[in-house]
Amino acid sequence: MLRGRGAHFIRMFINFKRTLTFAINDFSRNKGISIAAIFVLTITILLVTCLFFFQGMANYLTSQIQDKIDITAYFKDVAQEQEILDVKEEILKMSPNIKKIDYVSKDEAFASFSEKYGDNPTLSKALREVGNNPFPASLNITTNGDPLQYAVVSNILQTSNFSGLIDKVDFSQKKDTIEKVYSITSNINIFGLLLGIILIVVAILVVFNTIKLVIENSKEEIGTMRIVGASDWFIRGPFVIQGVIYGVIAFLICILISAVSAYFLSPKVGIILSGFNMFSYFLTNLWIFVLIQLGFGIGVGVISALIVVKRHLEI
Amino acid sequence: MIKFNNVTKIYHDSKGNPNVVLHNISLEIKEGEFVSIVGKSGVGKTTLVRLILGLEIPTSGEVYFKDIKLSDADPLKFQEIRRRIGCIHQDYKLLPKKTVYENVAYILQVEGKENEEIEREVPKVLEVIGLKNKIDSFPNELSGGEKQRLAIARAFVNHPDIIIADEPTGNLDPYNTYEVISLLQKMNKAGKTIILATHDRETINKLGKRVITIENGEILRDEIEGRFII
Repeated sequence: MLRGRGAHFIRMFINFKRTLTFAINDFSRNKGISIAAIFVLTITILLVTCLFFFQGMANYLTSQIQDKIDITAYFKDVAQEQEILDVKEEILKMSPNIKKIDYVSKDEAFASFSEKYGDNPTLSKALREVGNNPFPASLNITTNGDPLQYAVVSNILQTSNFSGLIDKVDFSQKKDTIEKVYSITSNINIFGLLLGIILIVVAILVVFNTIKLVIENSKEEIGTMRIVGASDWFIRGPFVIQGVIYGVIAFLICILISAVSAYFLSPKVGIILSGFNMFSYFLTNLWIFVLIQLGFGIGVGVISALIVVKRHLEI
Repeated sequence: MIKFNNVTKIYHDSKGNPNVVLHNISLEIKEGEFVSIVGKSGVGKTTLVRLILGLEIPTSGEVYFKDIKLSDADPLKFQEIRRRIGCIHQDYKLLPKKTVYENVAYILQVEGKENEEIEREVPKVLEVIGLKNKIDSFPNELSGGEKQRLAIARAFVNHPDIIIADEPTGNLDPYNTYEVISLLQKMNKAGKTIILATHDRETINKLGKRVITIENGEILRDEIEGRFII
């Protein structure tokens, strides 16, 4: 039994080695076709990579816009700092979709106002006439941008047991702006997703047809292999491995182009999208880039080969 | 070894009109026989060969290879059967991206033979066939005669039970035709069953072996020491 199984594995190994040799030979003996297939695969992987970069930029842009939107809870003068910080903790516990809560004390509010409008003599004079610090302490709350979340937070602030400390929440004034911003950012994401899906489908079709043309060239050969009794895997194996070779080479080219492009385009993109570092984004998401490029390259190459060869084997 | 029981094969054109290529064919070919199947071009000789190889399914009737009913055989069985049949075609059906050596070696590789055996057998066969000096050439670098000899080398390198030659001399000059037929005769003398499908009258008449004549999709004659008479 063990001998039989051992012999089976040895035969499998020999067949794999032969399949690999066939694939490498076919690859090197069909340089023109191989280069064309790699070229098409490289272009499509680069297209998918661009989409990933665009998605990163769109996410950054929407998050930047969303970060500009917040609601503020203004506290009565009687509220102590510790009480306000307790409220902050309570809100964080009760609403999981909160991105950040910044506490602004009365003094910080005054300092901020003075810094902004210190040069304005009318406002400075008004402040002096008031005598003491008229600005309330507040909590600036930013959620994931969803107007519903802001409504929930506003509701919590106004109905919970600490509502007595709160003077007012400016949700109703900002509601329209929040809804508009949310609608714009959501549309950007939906548009990006749709565009991405369309381009990926086009890319897959282009690669599939290229691989189909490559294998079509070997249609007669596949027929001959069948006549001499080659097993389906013995026929299909070299084409599948060639698909892997195309994918790996295209991936290596793409990752190099992506790295170089991200490095040199980063300053220019930073001008348009302030604060966005394309090269850092590339390095931070390197594994995802590798997975996308390698997965797409090998995946599409292999699946196309399997489908096309299967079709010829059925004839 | 091979048996056809009332085999009919009908093709349909793009408009669905039927074209009866073989009609109610029954024949038996025994082990060690040299059988020529003759008839005009397009009479169904190649269809007959394709039916034996399992590349076509009969519209009705049964084809048997060594008592295996081909219509009941699964893909694995077909692979096994095809490995036991050496095939020589008029258009050679060589593997264009493989060298002469690799074309012959491929047959043994398909069977999972060890490298040592392949390295021993292939040069021997190429020597016999007279292609040892072309070992690293590709099929497109060979003449018609050389291509056919390569196809023959490939057909018998794994010592199959039967060799089917479908118009093997169709593209060859008289000298190469003589060489190919001589090789087939030698193989038959060595005990191999040979099926030769051809419309080459002169070749058949010199052989003096069994001849099955097909006309209009039916067996017109089946003679032990037949001649090409149509």
